[in-house]
Amino acid sequence: MAIKSVLSPLPGIFYRRPSPNQSPFKDDGDTCAVGDVIGIVEVMKSFHEVKSDSSGTVVNFLVENEEAVIAGQPLLEIEE
Amino acid sequence: MYPAKKSINRLLVANRGEIACRIIRSAQELGIHTTVIYSQCDEDALPVQLADRAVVVGPAPAAKSYLNIEAILEVALANNIDAIHPGYGFLAENAKFAEAVETSGMKFVGPSSKTIRLMGDKLAAREFAQSAGIPVAAGSVEGVQSVDEMSAAANQIGYPVLIKAAAGGGGRGIRIATNLEELQRLAPQAKVEAQATFGDNRLFIEKFLPQARHIEVQVLGDGEHTIHCFERECSMQRRRQKVWEEAPAVNLSEEIRERICQSAVALAQQVNYSGAGTVEYLFDEESEAFYFLEMNTRIQVEHPVTECITGIDLIREMLLIAAGNPLRLKQDELAIRGHSIECRINAEDPFQDFMPSPGTVTSVTIPAGPGVRFDSMLYSGCDIPPYYDSMLGKLVVWDESRAHALQRLQRALSELQVKGIKTTKPLHQALVVEPAVMRSEIHTEFLENWLSENSSRLH
Repeated sequence: MAIKSVLSPLPGIFYRRPSPNQSPFKDDGDTCAVGDVIGIVEVMKSFHEVKSDSSGTVVNFLVENEEAVIAGQPLLEIEE
Repeated sequence: MYPAKKSINRLLVANRGEIACRIIRSAQELGIHTTVIYSQCDEDALPVQLADRAVVVGPAPAAKSYLNIEAILEVALANNIDAIHPGYGFLAENAKFAEAVETSGMKFVGPSSKTIRLMGDKLAAREFAQSAGIPVAAGSVEGVQSVDEMSAAANQIGYPVLIKAAAGGGGRGIRIATNLEELQRLAPQAKVEAQATFGDNRLFIEKFLPQARHIEVQVLGDGEHTIHCFERECSMQRRRQKVWEEAPAVNLSEEIRERICQSAVALAQQVNYSGAGTVEYLFDEESEAFYFLEMNTRIQVEHPVTECITGIDLIREMLLIAAGNPLRLKQDELAIRGHSIECRINAEDPFQDFMPSPGTVTSVTIPAGPGVRFDSMLYSGCDIPPYYDSMLGKLVVWDESRAHALQRLQRALSELQVKGIKTTKPLHQALVVEPAVMRSEIHTEFLENWLSENSSRLH
């Protein structure tokens, strides 16, 4: 079972939820398909969805909600 | 004019970027000691270098630094601050922040928290303007809550209508419905979004005026007297955000100018306005009618064009008023001289749908020469973090006429060089030679239409 990371395509602030009152896009243990939205990166007040390029089970989020991220930083791990 | 009697001793600048630099400069000219807050990623930013003192206030995300009221007040109290200038954005129109500053015995460089609260509620402000005799666009007088109430209001005023959030403003939280079906689809989602974004789901309906112009009036008040510093034309917008501003407004008769400016003074006078503020209007060229949009209770990004045509340093006046001095300027001493244009230079790629472009500015050449002003946070080697607004600076020109100002702007744009990141300079270079812009055929939808037809001409 290979572990793959989903990387942030942009620098900015990472959000795990579509809005503060909604549940996270993905939780640990959820299944994830290629193209599923796993979070949002806010860069200069514009919001960009981050989509998974792997499919499998979400093992672990490496970044907290509202944490600063850099481009290329691993956001979560998926077990294929 | 007479010399100011009272002064602020120690000013805290609760902002970053070009406006923090702008405020520090005017304060230092008045002999005021300046302290600026900064976040962990802004350690090497220009305001930190310019201010007499700089204090780190928190981590990079704005919520933890530039929006952190508690941390900012702590810095202020630890540094014997007697006044706080909020700039624009961040906490500039946050009534809770203004109130906390007032309560702690410091001066807030701006109007009272009461005025900020009134004008921040766009529905209350609209009703207030109406009661003060200021024309507002046809719309729902009270907040409409259900879709049925909204469709009744829309039927009465006629489509197309705007669905606006009471807690919105600045172009945020607005949807256009051209018929009942769209209204029924958009209203519930507008309500959910307003609740999520602003924590307030009240909506109202307003008549949508396509091809109207955005004209706004700069006012200054000392709590007793109010004057205006004429108007600005801000119709060049993309996604309801201003891109290019001018003063004075073009093709505006003296009679209309006088009426629109006087109406802004009347509104500000009604709340005993203190400080610098802007009353925004939509102007329908055909009928020469103008309608109140909202009042912004802070200094605006585009204030330099007003400074260029009037010779007033608006930040200086704000600081003097906040210190407790009466207005130094009388209305009949003010006159419009020449024409001024401002271009917002943003860290965005105009060739890729204005994708944000943070990063390191490897080198910058700042335009200069007669009638050219560049208010920015740029220097060679500076970092543009991804956490904040994309505006890098404002290229402002002044000349004796609009035609001359356009030529000067073209020259100044060609001098501006920013390496390492993408900027909106190519957009402005295309606009400055666009015949419709040169003929001033601008309205609030002009730029988006132009972009959809001409993006291939950007080079």
